[in-house]
Amino acid sequence: MSDMIDEPVVQAQSPFSEAWGMFKRNHAAVVALVFLGLVVLGAIFGPWLYPTDPFDMVWAPFSPPGQEGFLLGTDYLGRDLLAMVINGARVSLLIGLSAAVVSIFIGVTVGALAGFYRGWVEEVLMRVTEFFQVLPTLLFSMVLVALFGASLPMITFAIGIVSWTAVARITRSEFLRIRELEYVKASRASGASSRKLMFGVILPNALPPIIVQSALMVGSAILFEAGLSFLGLTDPNVVSWGQIIGSNRQYILDASFTVTIPGIAIFVTVLAISLVGDGLNDALNPKLRQR
Amino acid sequence: MAHPTRHCLSYKGAMRVNFLLTTSKRVFYAILLLIAVLVLNFSLIHLAPGDVADTISQSMGGADQELLDQIRADYGLDQPFMVQLGRYIGGVLSFDLGYSFFYNMPVTQLIMERLPATLLLVLTAQLLALIIGVLLGVVSARKPNGITSHFVTFLALFGYSAPVFWTGILLLIGFSLKIQLFPVAGMRDVTIDGGFFVQAQDIFMHLMLPMITLASVFLALYSRLSRATMMEVLGSDYVRTAKAKGLTQSQVVYKHALKNALSPVITLAGLQFSAVISGAVLVETVFSWPGLGTLAFQSIIARDTPTILGILFFSALVVIVGNLLTDVALRAVDPRLRGRG
Repeated sequence: MSDMIDEPVVQAQSPFSEAWGMFKRNHAAVVALVFLGLVVLGAIFGPWLYPTDPFDMVWAPFSPPGQEGFLLGTDYLGRDLLAMVINGARVSLLIGLSAAVVSIFIGVTVGALAGFYRGWVEEVLMRVTEFFQVLPTLLFSMVLVALFGASLPMITFAIGIVSWTAVARITRSEFLRIRELEYVKASRASGASSRKLMFGVILPNALPPIIVQSALMVGSAILFEAGLSFLGLTDPNVVSWGQIIGSNRQYILDASFTVTIPGIAIFVTVLAISLVGDGLNDALNPKLRQR
Repeated sequence: MAHPTRHCLSYKGAMRVNFLLTTSKRVFYAILLLIAVLVLNFSLIHLAPGDVADTISQSMGGADQELLDQIRADYGLDQPFMVQLGRYIGGVLSFDLGYSFFYNMPVTQLIMERLPATLLLVLTAQLLALIIGVLLGVVSARKPNGITSHFVTFLALFGYSAPVFWTGILLLIGFSLKIQLFPVAGMRDVTIDGGFFVQAQDIFMHLMLPMITLASVFLALYSRLSRATMMEVLGSDYVRTAKAKGLTQSQVVYKHALKNALSPVITLAGLQFSAVISGAVLVETVFSWPGLGTLAFQSIIARDTPTILGILFFSALVVIVGNLLTDVALRAVDPRLRGRG
């Protein structure tokens, strides 16, 4: 503690630049962030820069990577694997992001209501949360997609509806902690409405752990989508990473690269997201700030 | 945390009553949860487009409206929602989950044939992940900058980021196709004849790769958590006291510290049951392991709704029983929990 006194007085920083300063110290997270940016750019602009149709049979099947002019080779139907991976990035990232948004929305709402109102509201909502924890997530999404059709919105909903419980638990415990703090009592005393208290006063202060969890949610939603599409539960009119692996896995004896390469794409992307999540944790965790 | 001083006359008796009360409360909640799963199941069938009559008429190659109505009346589909729901729940309570038109047998029988394989995979994978995870965690907590610690960090990142079905396929390529160490698929080799021991060894060889694949995901979680809690415990006062008493390092770690570091890991393992089953669906599909996961995959392709919903119900049952058992295990490890609700 003594060296804190010797420190020069630090100018007041905006919370954002302070967090960015902490984030920058985690080099792996910065590299991962840059890499993620490239993946997102590739997903957005890739199909224009490399306009080969991922459904076109362009060459003989199982042409190995780097030969015949196909950087990543061709799959069991002779389709260009590079084009498939680029187009697959769009679906994987889009579903990953939007499913995470759905689950964060549900989780934050449930957690906030439970933590704010307490009493029977909390009891009921926590039982509902428990119920969703008991349902085997992948099986339940499989059932939803199988019964109601494999459209992209349905897949997004099916992933979001099973993954919100962790967010709800974190939000609730933050709300339980913050609602007892003095500044909340002060705004309550000065006549703030419940909605204002919940979303204007408590939620902004509860955000750091929720943000960290949200970053991880995007990663697990991408993995989840990969699992569903690996099982064939995906929109047949689009390509996604898991689906490439699922449709090629019977042929691993002939060409294992058709399975290895899209797997690497999933692995590296999710790895980058979890490293960024680590960095966000460093940046937003107030316990670490004083170090 | 309230200390039950008012029971100080018969402290042990009070603890036992408390324990029974909390246990029965938990069982009661478990049953409520199961009924909720059933209601959800039934509502899903109702909400989904198409019903049993459509499925049957499709398999017959079409039927006119009169026949459709006849089938609906036969199956009670013309009754109000609540009546049908009541019948469904009553059916499940007498172990009747409906009939699979695809496999031509009752769903309960179908599931009972596949359940042992899934249980074998899920339980051995959890056990393997727990044992290796805790060992790695303890070793790396003793040397936070050692090579094991870096390995745990790497393992945690890999386990979180690699899709489990991909890990499975990589292991399959590596250890079944390139190096032919383990069989490629299934649970047993039908050509092998022999006594119990030979059969068990055959199943074990088939089990190895799926078990390792499934364990890899959770191994990462458990090793990271047990490293963290172990490091915290090793810095606490009573560990310092134990050291001051002159106990050896190993005695302190394995007799005093480990007991306390174990309960968060067991709690986490209990929460993971539903994720383990989800993972098992993918792993079983990769290795054609004849369990509920492969059955789910096949019946979804075949649009066999009664079977899918039966599997959902049974796997929820497995998770709930798993949670109850975790609770018992926690109370065995951590006496502080025994009096609590």
